[in-house]
Amino acid sequence: MIVLRLAVQSLLNRWVTALLTIATIAASVVLLLGVEEVRTGARQSFADTISGTDLIVGARSGSLNLLLYSVFRIGNATNNVTWETYRDIARRPEVAWIVPLSLGDSHHGFRVLGTAPDYFAHYKYRQTRGLAFRAGAPFSDLFDAVVGADVAARLGYKVGDAIVLSHGLGAVSFLEHDDKPFRVSGILEKTGTPVDRTVHVSLAAIEAIHVDWQSGARIPGQSVSADDVRKMDLTPKAVTAALVGLKSKLAAFRLQRAINEYRAEPLSAILPGAALQELWELVGTAETALKVVSAMVVATAILGMLTMILSTLNERRREMAILRSVGARPRTVLGLLMAEAGVLTAAGVVLGVLLLYAALLLARPYVDATYGLNLAIGPLKPEAWATLGAIVLAGCAAGLLPALRAYRLSLADGMTVRT
Amino acid sequence: MALALAEPAAGEAPGIVRLSDIRFAWPGKGAFSLAVKDFALPARQRILLVGPSGSGKSTFLSLLCGILAPQSGRIEILGRDLTKLGAAARDACRAEHFGIIFQMFNLLPYGSVIDNVLLPLSFAPSRRRRATAGGPAADEAGRLLARLGLEPSLLHSHSAANLSVGQQQRVAAARALIGSPEIVVADEPTSALDRDRQGAFLDLLFAETGAAGAALIMVSHDETLAPRFDRVLRLADIAQSSRPERGAA
Repeated sequence: MIVLRLAVQSLLNRWVTALLTIATIAASVVLLLGVEEVRTGARQSFADTISGTDLIVGARSGSLNLLLYSVFRIGNATNNVTWETYRDIARRPEVAWIVPLSLGDSHHGFRVLGTAPDYFAHYKYRQTRGLAFRAGAPFSDLFDAVVGADVAARLGYKVGDAIVLSHGLGAVSFLEHDDKPFRVSGILEKTGTPVDRTVHVSLAAIEAIHVDWQSGARIPGQSVSADDVRKMDLTPKAVTAALVGLKSKLAAFRLQRAINEYRAEPLSAILPGAALQELWELVGTAETALKVVSAMVVATAILGMLTMILSTLNERRREMAILRSVGARPRTVLGLLMAEAGVLTAAGVVLGVLLLYAALLLARPYVDATYGLNLAIGPLKPEAWATLGAIVLAGCAAGLLPALRAYRLSLADGMTVRT
Repeated sequence: MALALAEPAAGEAPGIVRLSDIRFAWPGKGAFSLAVKDFALPARQRILLVGPSGSGKSTFLSLLCGILAPQSGRIEILGRDLTKLGAAARDACRAEHFGIIFQMFNLLPYGSVIDNVLLPLSFAPSRRRRATAGGPAADEAGRLLARLGLEPSLLHSHSAANLSVGQQQRVAAARALIGSPEIVVADEPTSALDRDRQGAFLDLLFAETGAAGAALIMVSHDETLAPRFDRVLRLADIAQSSRPERGAA
């Protein structure tokens, strides 16, 4: 009892270094657990980007490529899907709804998505959340555009503003569809998904602005005015991809196979979840690297504690000699030093966990709003407990080094009090 | 004259401490070594052990208290042969039967006065029983400190580091005496005190070891203290050492 109390007082006597040691360990724990939180948060956000869609259909390509360009607006489609094929799939009995996606144009670096008004009803994220309008309404006129929250914020748009789309995907484009300006009809609420960075127009509008274009350039001398184009048949010839919702999820694999074996043209159908899984395997290496780095930071913190304890050891030889003189066994001296390392590490771990939760609570709304990262605040996961336990064990094990040195010193010093 | 009491008749008093045919050498070639032919400490006797620095007093005390184990010979404490015991049993023996006072810096500076005094009881169940026979151990510590002349206001002072050197030595004496161990070993306990205080401290130490019925071995280089002891021994008389002891003692 007294021995333990004295050991605690000894530690309190060195409270500045002890506190710094604890803080270092706490910081490393925050980093280690924080990386894990952000990692799972990022995964969840990715997985939450698209919900409720059972199949994504596009021209034949790798499933990852299809997922990235259709949902995340990363990369480009290799080919298009003809309108006939699209209609054909839409007519299949398993299909509850289908939404076309037509990509290829941009607006100040933001992608333009040609789609149907149904898109706003069927696109879901974070399991069940649908798209909501912060202002305005879905497109009703041919040249109406609905912009995502980031687009509106960055470019300062409000409902009624006129915008000009660019041909192609460059941030700075010299090929403008300036003869057919659009009007912002609605602005979407922030979702934390690529929807925020998208300009939505109707499929017919995409057709209309390309009526007098061919192979990526205007056909010379064949300019069609914005008014004239309204009288034309604007049924699209092709779409880039389509989101498909099924009446029964059980039909997903059957329809996927049917689409993959479609005779008229080469198609790919993917299950979003399965494609995401492929993505995780791809980024797994980077995640492992992050984990290794944070583990190394923890190791550094423990080394720092080791240095601290070792550096105080010489001043504490008197303390050890006194303990030995009243009958303490060398093993007790060893135990006290190991316990000190254990207590410091455990305190660091506890403080680290508290700091992590505090940081999560404080940063959560900001991170969600800015990066669309939904950081979950829940009890520690079993893996986290295991990690923390391993850190405390490592701290105790590290304490063995100064403890053994103190053991040897106390044996060698005997009754001599060295100061 | 106290010196007249020097050698008790052989076999008359077996002694609570007896060292015979001890050989000890620190590890390493040519390191300090010490040999003790025969040394006995009768119960309640006060011995002054004098010898110059480096003569092996510290090694001798370490052997006596069971911190060091000799390569050969017998060390009997109250009839038990220490050399036949393991290190743990030697530590337990030291805790139960010895009270030890160092030259200075005897206290754990961050501990309270009371905790410093009660520290040995954590390792010595019998001493704890004796110390708690008349009530809580803290009361016994308080009585002891009061008899040693420490102001009651200091008893619960938070940190022993705030005490003067003289006060610290009195607390160290209380720690050595609590629970009435049979042997008190003092390694130059007065060297940090001025002459007036030396006398006063010795008076207190003698009174309390006498009251507790403890024998006292005090090491000093100051032979003027000799008249106050039952017996004065020169280390050279009882032990042969190879060369100057490492460190200072």
